[in-house]
Amino acid sequence: MPDLLLELFSEEIPARMQAKAAEDLRRMVTDRLVAEGLVYEGAKAFATPRRLALTVHGIPARQSDLKQERKGPRVGGAEAAIAGFLKATGLASLDEAKIQRDPKGDFYIALTEKAGKPTVDVLAEILPMIVRTFPWPKQMRWGAASAKSTSLTWVRPLHSIVATFGIDTEEPEVVPFELNGIRSGQTTFGHRFLAPAAIDVRRFEDYEAKLQAAKVVLDPQRRKDIILAEAKTLCEAQNLALVEDQVLLDEVSGLVEWPVVLMGSFDAEFLSIPGEVIRATIRNNQKCFVVSDPRTGKLTNKFILTANIEASDGGLAIVAGNERVIRARLSDAKFFYETDLKTKLEDRLPKFDNIVFHEKLGTQAERIARIVRLAAEIAPLVGADVEKTKRAALLAKADLVTETVGEFPELQGLMGKYYALAQGEDASVAAASEDHYKPQGPADRVPTDPVSIAVALADKLDTLVGFWAIDEKPTGSKDPFALRRAALGVIRLIVENGLRLKLKSVADTHAAKMAGYHDSKPTDLLMFFADRLKGQLREQGARHDLVDAVFSLGGQDDLLMVVRRVEALAKFLDTDDGKTLRAGVKRASNILGIEEKKDKRVYDGAPEPSLYRLDEEKALAKAIAEVGPEASAAVAKEDFAGAMTVMAKLRPAVDAFFDKVKVNDDDAAVRENRLKLLNEIRAATRAVADFSKIQD
Amino acid sequence: MRPERSFQGFILALQRFWADQGCVLLQPYDMEMGAGTFHPATTLRALGPKPWKAAYVQPSRRPKDGRYGENPNRLQHYYQFQVIIKPSPPDLQDLYLRSLKAIGIDTALHDVRFVEDDWESPTLGAWGLGWECWCDGMEVSQFTYFQQVAGVECSPVAGELTYGLERLAMYVQGVDNVYDLNFNGREGAEKVTYGDVFLQAEKEYSRHNFEHSDADMLFEQFKMAEGACKKYLDAGWRDGKKQAHLMAQPAYDQCIKASHVFNLLDARGVISVTERQSYIGRVRDLAKACGEAWMATEAGGASALRVESN
Repeated sequence: MPDLLLELFSEEIPARMQAKAAEDLRRMVTDRLVAEGLVYEGAKAFATPRRLALTVHGIPARQSDLKQERKGPRVGGAEAAIAGFLKATGLASLDEAKIQRDPKGDFYIALTEKAGKPTVDVLAEILPMIVRTFPWPKQMRWGAASAKSTSLTWVRPLHSIVATFGIDTEEPEVVPFELNGIRSGQTTFGHRFLAPAAIDVRRFEDYEAKLQAAKVVLDPQRRKDIILAEAKTLCEAQNLALVEDQVLLDEVSGLVEWPVVLMGSFDAEFLSIPGEVIRATIRNNQKCFVVSDPRTGKLTNKFILTANIEASDGGLAIVAGNERVIRARLSDAKFFYETDLKTKLEDRLPKFDNIVFHEKLGTQAERIARIVRLAAEIAPLVGADVEKTKRAALLAKADLVTETVGEFPELQGLMGKYYALAQGEDASVAAASEDHYKPQGPADRVPTDPVSIAVALADKLDTLVGFWAIDEKPTGSKDPFALRRAALGVIRLIVENGLRLKLKSVADTHAAKMAGYHDSKPTDLLMFFADRLKGQLREQGARHDLVDAVFSLGGQDDLLMVVRRVEALAKFLDTDDGKTLRAGVKRASNILGIEEKKDKRVYDGAPEPSLYRLDEEKALAKAIAEVGPEASAAVAKEDFAGAMTVMAKLRPAVDAFFDKVKVNDDDAAVRENRLKLLNEIRAATRAVADFSKIQD
Repeated sequence: MRPERSFQGFILALQRFWADQGCVLLQPYDMEMGAGTFHPATTLRALGPKPWKAAYVQPSRRPKDGRYGENPNRLQHYYQFQVIIKPSPPDLQDLYLRSLKAIGIDTALHDVRFVEDDWESPTLGAWGLGWECWCDGMEVSQFTYFQQVAGVECSPVAGELTYGLERLAMYVQGVDNVYDLNFNGREGAEKVTYGDVFLQAEKEYSRHNFEHSDADMLFEQFKMAEGACKKYLDAGWRDGKKQAHLMAQPAYDQCIKASHVFNLLDARGVISVTERQSYIGRVRDLAKACGEAWMATEAGGASALRVESN
C-alpha cells in the first residue's frame, strides 16, 4: 500500500517546540486519515531546526465506497413526506427507489452509493487545513502576504512543502495544494551551510538518505545519540567525565542539523567560583556541557560545545570563539560572585523594604519578618534551636538581591548558603538558605536539619495563610502562586520527618498576627491539606478514601497522626475482622438511616439495659462498653494498630446480633432500644474512624 | 578600509552591503534613545502598507549599563547598526548571512546559528518573533519579524536586523576589550582606538548617570515631554476628526524624549519597583497614541489622504 511523505521546511524552529510539533503533526494527520476512513499501518514524525517531517505508511490508495440504505415513507404516503425523502436522498424520482415489504407495510428504500475518493485527493484537502490550524505555542505572519489578515501563520516563515504519495515501485504522486503561494512538491534543501542545494525526493527512504548525504540528521534521537557519544569519547580521551544533562541535550539537539562535538577550555583560575555558578553560566548562556574529574567529582576547566558545521579548519576558530565568550561570561560571573562576597547578607535586608511581595501582602521585608516570627514559634515544636532558626529565617532570602542570583535566578538559596558560610554563619543556618525552599516537587529532597525544617515550614505556611487571607486560592488548573506545591511540601516535611504539629492552631495564630488582612478561613486551609494528602496517597496507590474517614472525625490537624491512623485503618480493613466489622457498621448505619428517616427522629442516647430481651443484645452491649473506652485509650496513646485490634473484638458480637436479633421488633420500646444499640456501634467505631465514609 | 582592520571600516562595509540591497542609508536620529528600534525610520515606518527599506547606525544610550569604563564590554553609549525592510523579503536570512561575509565572517569557518529569541518592547508596545544570531557561541545580532509596533498590527510585516557593532568588531579584530578596538585602521602613532574616542566619555557619563544627574529636573522633563506629546497629538488631528494627522513625528519625538528621561531616572535609582511599571506604561501609552496618529498620515498610508492625492 502507498506511503505519505510530508515535509514542512521553514526558518529555524525554536528548539523547545520541536518535539511537541513533530508529535502534533503525526497526531493531526493520522487522526484525520482515520476520520476519513483511511486506516494506516504506521507513522513517524521528525523535527530538525528547519523542518518538520512525517512519514505515514500503508495507507489505502482510495477510500472505500460508502453504501447507504435509507428507509423512506410508506408507499402511497403523504406527498410532502415523499418530496422530503427524494430531496434528502438525492433521488430524481420514486422510480429510483426500491420498495421493501415489512410487517407494517410497503416502504420506499433509497440505495445510494457514495464513491470513495482517491487518498491523494483526501490528503490535498486535509494537509493544508492541518498546516493552517497547527497548534504552535506562538506563531507569526511574514512577507508580502502578511498585508492580508487571512495570511498563513507559522512558527517562523515557511519556505517549502514536500508532499508525496505512492508505492515504492512507482514514481510517487505529489499531493497537490498551495498555501500562502507555496506549492507542494518534491523539493527540499540540505544543510544551510554544508549542502544548501535543492534536493529532489520521492519517498521517505530516499528522503532520509539524501538528507543524511546533505549533512542533515533527520531523527532527533540520532542527533542526541551522536552528541552524547562524541561528548563522552572526547571526555574519556582525557580521563574526564561528561556531566550529563538531559534537558540541555534535548535543547542542543534542536539547535543543529549536523552535530559536530568539540571540546574547549577556560582559565583554571575560574574554578574558584562555585561549580554551580560555572555550570549555570556555561549551560544557560552558552548551551555547553561542563566536564568533571571522575576522581574528585569536581568540575574541570573543560567544556563541550556542539557546532552545526564541519569547519574547514577542523573547528579551531569555533572553539577559540566559544572560549572567548565563555571567558567573558565567567569573568562576569566571577565579578558578581566576588562583589557579592563583599556585602554581608544582613546588610542587604533594607533593600527588601522596596520590593513588593504581593500588593495585598506587603513587601518582602514584611514577609521576611513574618517568616522569622513563625519559624521561631515552630522551632521548639520540631526540636530546632530558636536563636539559630531566627537567624536562618532572617538571612534565608537575602541572596535574592545579590548579583549572582539576579543573573541566575535558579541559584537562589544555594548562593545564600555559600555567602552565609563565607561570612562565618553556623552550618545549620547556612544550610537553611538552600533547604528552606525544599521540597520543590515530588522528586526533591526533604530537609532533615531541624533549623531548615522550621524555616521551610514557616516559609510555606506564611505563603499559604497569606494567600488564603486575601482569597487567592488555586482554582482548577490555575495555581499561579504554586500553593499546591507549598502544601505538599508542608505535608512531606511533616510526615517524612515524623513531626508533631497542630497545623490548625499554628495557622490560626499566624493568621491572627497578619495584621490588616481579611478574615482567613483556616478550616478551609485544613481541607486544602486534606485534599493534597489524598492526592499524594492516591499517587502512592494507597486508599485516599480513608483520609476522608479520618478527617470526618473533626479536629484532625495533626497530619502525622492522620497518616498513621490511615495506615493502621488500611491494614485493618485488609483483615477478615476489618472487612466484616465494616460491613456490620455499614449495615447498622443503613438500618438507622432508613428508620430515622421514616420516624423523623434520631435514635441517640444510651439504650436501656432492662429492655434487652436476647443474649445477643446483652453481649453486644457488653462488647461496646468494653471496646469503646479501650479503643479510645489506645488512640490516646497513638497506638492505632492497637485500637484496630480492640475494634476487632466487636466483630463476633455484631455478627451474632445481626444473625439472631430482629431490630424492628413489634414492641415499640424494644425496637427503639435496639436502634439505639445500633447507634452505639457507630459511635464506638468513631473512636478510630468514620466508617461510613469508607468506600467499598 | 578593510572591515577587520578598523571599526569605521567595519561600519562602512555594512553600509555598503545594505546600500547595495536598495536600502536608503540614513544617518543617526538626532535624539538620545535606548536602541535603534526607537528611530522613527523603524518605529513609525514599520507601520502601514507602504514598502520601506532603510539602514543606519544609531548611537544607543543605556544609562544603567555604564561601568565607568572599567568593564571590557559594557557601555552606556554604543552603536547599533539597524536594518529595516518592509515587507520582509523571503531571503532575509540569506541576506543577513551574506552581510556577515561582507564584514569578514566566513560561514565555512564559523558556526552561525539562529537561536530562538522573542523580542518584546514594553515601552514601545511592540513585539515580534525571531532569533538571536550566534557566531561561535556569541550573540552578534538580533533578527526580528515585527508583528506589532506601537500597539498597531504590522501589515505587512517588516523584518528588522540589529547588529551589535562593537561586539562584532571586537570579534572580527580579535580583541577582548572594547577600548582596544582599532577605530581608524592606522597603526603606530596614527592609530586611534575606541578608548581614545570614548573612554573619557564613559567615565564622565557614568558619574553623571549614577551620581549627579539632576533628578528633579528629569522628573519635570518627563512630565513636560509627556504633556507636549499629548498636546501635539491632539493638535495634529485635522479638523479634530480622527482621519488625518498632521504632526505625528514631532509628537513621537517627545515620546522618545520621555523614554530616555525615564532611563536616566531609572539609572539614578530614584524610581521604585512599583513606579517603574507605571512609567513604562506611560511611555507605552504615548507610543501607541503616536502609532495611531502615524497610521493617519500619508506615509502611514491613511486612506483619507490617499483619496485626496488621487
